[in-house]
Amino acid sequence: MKLNELTLKKAIDLIDKKEISQKDVYLDIHEAIEKNNKKLNVYLSINKKAENEAKEQQSLPLRGLPVAVKDNFLTVGQPTTASSKILDGFMSPYESTVTKKLKELGGVILGKTNMDAWAHGSSTETSDYGPTLNPRNSKYLPGGSSGGSTAAIAADMAIAAIGSETAGSIRLPSAWCGGVGLKPTYGRVSRYGIVAMGSSLDSPGPITKTVEDAAIMLNYMAGKDENDSTTSFQEVPKYTKNLKQGVKNFKIGICYLDHPDIKKSPIANPLIEAGKIFEKLGAKVDMLKTSYKPESGKALTHEYAIPVYSVVMRGEVSSNLARYDGIRYGHSRDMFGDEAKRRIMLGTFTLSKGYADKYYIKAQQVRSLYIQNYKELFSNYDLLISSPSPGYALPLGASINDPLFGDLQDMLNEPSSLAGICGISVPMYRDLNTNLYLGLNIMGNYFQEEKILQAAWAYEQATSWNSWVVKR
Amino acid sequence: MTKISEDTVDHISKLANIPISETEKKNLADGFNKALEVVDSLFKVDVSQTEPTHQVTGLENILREDKVDDKKTLTQDEALSNTKKKYNGYFMVDQILSDD
Repeated sequence: MKLNELTLKKAIDLIDKKEISQKDVYLDIHEAIEKNNKKLNVYLSINKKAENEAKEQQSLPLRGLPVAVKDNFLTVGQPTTASSKILDGFMSPYESTVTKKLKELGGVILGKTNMDAWAHGSSTETSDYGPTLNPRNSKYLPGGSSGGSTAAIAADMAIAAIGSETAGSIRLPSAWCGGVGLKPTYGRVSRYGIVAMGSSLDSPGPITKTVEDAAIMLNYMAGKDENDSTTSFQEVPKYTKNLKQGVKNFKIGICYLDHPDIKKSPIANPLIEAGKIFEKLGAKVDMLKTSYKPESGKALTHEYAIPVYSVVMRGEVSSNLARYDGIRYGHSRDMFGDEAKRRIMLGTFTLSKGYADKYYIKAQQVRSLYIQNYKELFSNYDLLISSPSPGYALPLGASINDPLFGDLQDMLNEPSSLAGICGISVPMYRDLNTNLYLGLNIMGNYFQEEKILQAAWAYEQATSWNSWVVKR
Repeated sequence: MTKISEDTVDHISKLANIPISETEKKNLADGFNKALEVVDSLFKVDVSQTEPTHQVTGLENILREDKVDDKKTLTQDEALSNTKKKYNGYFMVDQILSDD
């Protein structure tokens, strides 16, 4: 077995037992990058000093192991572009909180990964530096916007990775690439030093090979940050501690399966199967009804989330991207791509005089309905399950000239993202003909990351869909 | 239902400081009108009794002392490190007021 294929947990264990050396891990990682990066376009830049930095980190918790970082995290000494030509050549004078923490704990930033420009998309096809291809089948998209990081994991070009999600950008590409991706509760992980998209939505999180690896990474990423006033004061549990406790007596609700479009989609049967697996593991599983107005015990349809998200996200984008003036850093505003232009301008419109009440306030009111709906559902259920995408990865070219591509792909994630609750995607099915994956989205109430990890771990162990767990 | 005209697109382009071409203008207007059709489904939901969301996890008034922390500020050189035009430790910007 090549050492680049190791999970984070296994790599740490083997280094501690002195069965492998850190150097050997880097040899195999570099070989994989050499072999695949040109074709798959995963890394936009590689840290040439990674191996030297790693030597000094050997005794720290992450043992100097290589981590792939989405190119919207600011990193000192390495370029940050957010996959936009506007930031071509930009070198940040300060470090994001998350990468700072990971570096201090022995993580080495191996390289910066491709994404949809400004994270505006769900394909990683709208990068100004060309699309990333799905390592599971290179005729297909990896999903996005964190598609470079999920592809780095799927192609074993890193031991662990990080990404960020506004609505689906961690979970959807993780599902399409057959890996694990966790979107924490809003405010659980600091947004400081991340190129902002939707400030009331953005949630950085781990992208890994296994659920246990996600728990290890989250241990090191989560927590209050005085540089991000929206981070929570709630204590951070040790996510690896109770990881293997199982789901006995958990109450789980399956969402949207009675919705006509979802009922006939590829995720329907695998979701029913997932429910049966949780029942076998000792959980009580209900099929929730979808409703078109707020109703007790029913899941409010994901359909309204598209307009709410469109308005809220575009408004916040227009405000956040106002800082790219081409004066203090970056290039001029005429270099924004079509999607960024559309989002900035529609956001500007819906926030402009006379329209802010009509659109933005209205959207924030409907957003409150989702929050109330989840609060009510979580008073009865420990977890809700669905899928981060209504289907498999789409072929290259699918996102071009489709202005609502991102929203339609992300619609199953949007309600939970708007509410700010946490969710994790784990492999739920693999199509034998295409080698493409579906993901299971396990959602929990605010700050219930421990619970979603427990369920995800139990599911991963009880099924054979995770390619790294099977290999072990 | 609100319709966005090409004149409105012009106005938004100025507000957002996004230069656009004549051909883009028409496409943008069409695209915005399509997007607003989707957004209009917001009006199907009764929210007359619902407060708008302000902060999803319920944090309020997170304040800090009004004191400069040198550790958190960039040096002048760091702040200027990515600009294309600087002069004597300042950012140089285009003139916006005319001489006369």
